[in-house]
Amino acid sequence: MSHVAQRRGKYGFIAGFLFAPLALYLTFVIWPYVQTFGYSFTNWSGQSPTFDFVGTDNYAALLKDEVFRGALWHNLLLLVFVPLVTILLALFFAFMVNAGGRGGAGGVQGVGGSRFYKVVYFFPQVLSLAILSVLFGAIYRSDEGGLLNGFLTRMGVIDAAHPVEWLNEPDLVLWCLLLVVVWHGVGFYLVLFSAAMQSVPKDIYEAALLDGAGRAQTFFKVTLPLLWDSVQTSAVYLGIAAMDMFVLVSTMTSGQFGGGPDHHSEVMSTVLMRNFLYFGKSGYACAMGVVMLALTMILSVITLRATRRERIEF
Amino acid sequence: MTAQSTVIKAPGEKSAERSGGAGRAGKREGRRSEGTALNVFSHGFLVVWAIMIVLPLIWLALGAFKTDAQIGGSALSWPSNWHFDAFGRAWTKGIGGYFANTLIVLVFSVPLTMLFGSMAAYVLARYPFTGNRLIYYFFVSGAMFPVFLALVPLFFMVKRFDMLNTYQGLVLVYVAYSMPFTVFFMHSFFRTLPTAIHEAAVIDGASDTRIFFQVMLPMAKPGLISVGIFNVLGQWNQYILPAVLMQPQTSADPERYMLTQGLIQLQYQMGYETDLPVLFAGATIAMVPMLVVYLSFQRQIQAGLTSATLK
Repeated sequence: MSHVAQRRGKYGFIAGFLFAPLALYLTFVIWPYVQTFGYSFTNWSGQSPTFDFVGTDNYAALLKDEVFRGALWHNLLLLVFVPLVTILLALFFAFMVNAGGRGGAGGVQGVGGSRFYKVVYFFPQVLSLAILSVLFGAIYRSDEGGLLNGFLTRMGVIDAAHPVEWLNEPDLVLWCLLLVVVWHGVGFYLVLFSAAMQSVPKDIYEAALLDGAGRAQTFFKVTLPLLWDSVQTSAVYLGIAAMDMFVLVSTMTSGQFGGGPDHHSEVMSTVLMRNFLYFGKSGYACAMGVVMLALTMILSVITLRATRRERIEF
Repeated sequence: MTAQSTVIKAPGEKSAERSGGAGRAGKREGRRSEGTALNVFSHGFLVVWAIMIVLPLIWLALGAFKTDAQIGGSALSWPSNWHFDAFGRAWTKGIGGYFANTLIVLVFSVPLTMLFGSMAAYVLARYPFTGNRLIYYFFVSGAMFPVFLALVPLFFMVKRFDMLNTYQGLVLVYVAYSMPFTVFFMHSFFRTLPTAIHEAAVIDGASDTRIFFQVMLPMAKPGLISVGIFNVLGQWNQYILPAVLMQPQTSADPERYMLTQGLIQLQYQMGYETDLPVLFAGATIAMVPMLVVYLSFQRQIQAGLTSATLK
């Protein structure tokens, strides 16, 4: 760091460089975040300039709101299953790509074409959720024109006269959405875990192999503990994604801002948007935003604590 | 397994006898056969997932060459209409305009994001001053919060500036919401640049601003490219912010939908008009540029991703 330059000019320079980014960030990100807390204690409609302070009424109403409670429950389900399924699949594939190759004299090796798999698996990650919505809307079509129904009919698993209405079955809709999130996410985490695996020195694996450890043992006793940091980070990211879910639910399921059939796929973000833009209950919507924040924070802390282990240096 | 390995072991032992190291070579062959089985096993799973990724995408693109009746009839039908007319209709039904809108916004928002993000990150990474850490965490913590927390006040904030449904409004909002990631990433990048060059430039009499633009930014080019690609992908694929901020405010106000938003619009519209090939063509038009960008920059993207998240 240079201390050669004149001090006074330096502070001017620092302020000058920070001003525009900080001003934008404060105006459009931080200040709205802060305002949400304030508005959440009012009965503001958003349309009228006036509103009253109603204390914690909005929060009390949230507790009684059946739709919101259902949405909260769905978010919690997703919060458990999105990270779990995605991380397990990504770890499995990452291990296959990096250590699933022939054993032979060279010790542990990746499969041939590992580069190819990593490139292909990452595809969904660069597509927008809007494209995913169109794609999976077509895959889940309730007639034989849907890829899933068409395929299962051809296989003879389902009767052509009675295709499954994937997104209109109350018991199926949430899991169909979960599948989209997993399909979208696995490639990203595969690449992430692969990089972490490659940074593990090869001789650790070779020592394990010499000691007679099998692949499964190597994975659970050597690879997984060394990867724990990235697994932990991934769980937090995926948890944050599972709290959102807005695009997929609002565009793929029935109802104003989605959530159908009969609120069976409702998540907090869709309830929030409906109250804000459709019912004009801005104050109430803000209270939901605060609940989402609180849950995100709790989730991050729990994930980081529950998965805390001794850090292994290598 | 045992039967298989004895079969494979036999020729191995024979050749080993010739070279005079029977035991060792035989053992190696046995291990290789186990490896082969595992190799087939891993490839099996990997190929299935690869097909599950690629097949739906190809199927979607093929839908643009089907007739509406074909799409509704059977999913596994082969397209009969090998013309690009659905693409033409999708383009004129709005995709062309949405495409242009997204480009207009990104042409301004991505360079501005990079400029402001690097400026803030540079100062925070290389100039110690009171409050440095505080401002840094202030910037970075934004990545943790759900965007829904800000949505309602943000809408009224942009409205107060009279910037709802304007390009400049969305540009500023995109830049602001891209700050946490950009600052975080560029901060760690600027920290790794050598100080000696900086000092040499100071001795040569260059000002701080000049050092930043003429020395530091060019040196940070690999980092800038990675973050730039991520911002392009992130802002191109953004949906919630335009859905809330880019709605026509009066009947005279023209539609300025972004591509993602417009695609969803097309999805509703084509459901009514029963012209699904147009929807599939629209989705393909939206999909192809991103796949091209990704395939051309996949090394930087994957390397950038891992260095950003594994630190």
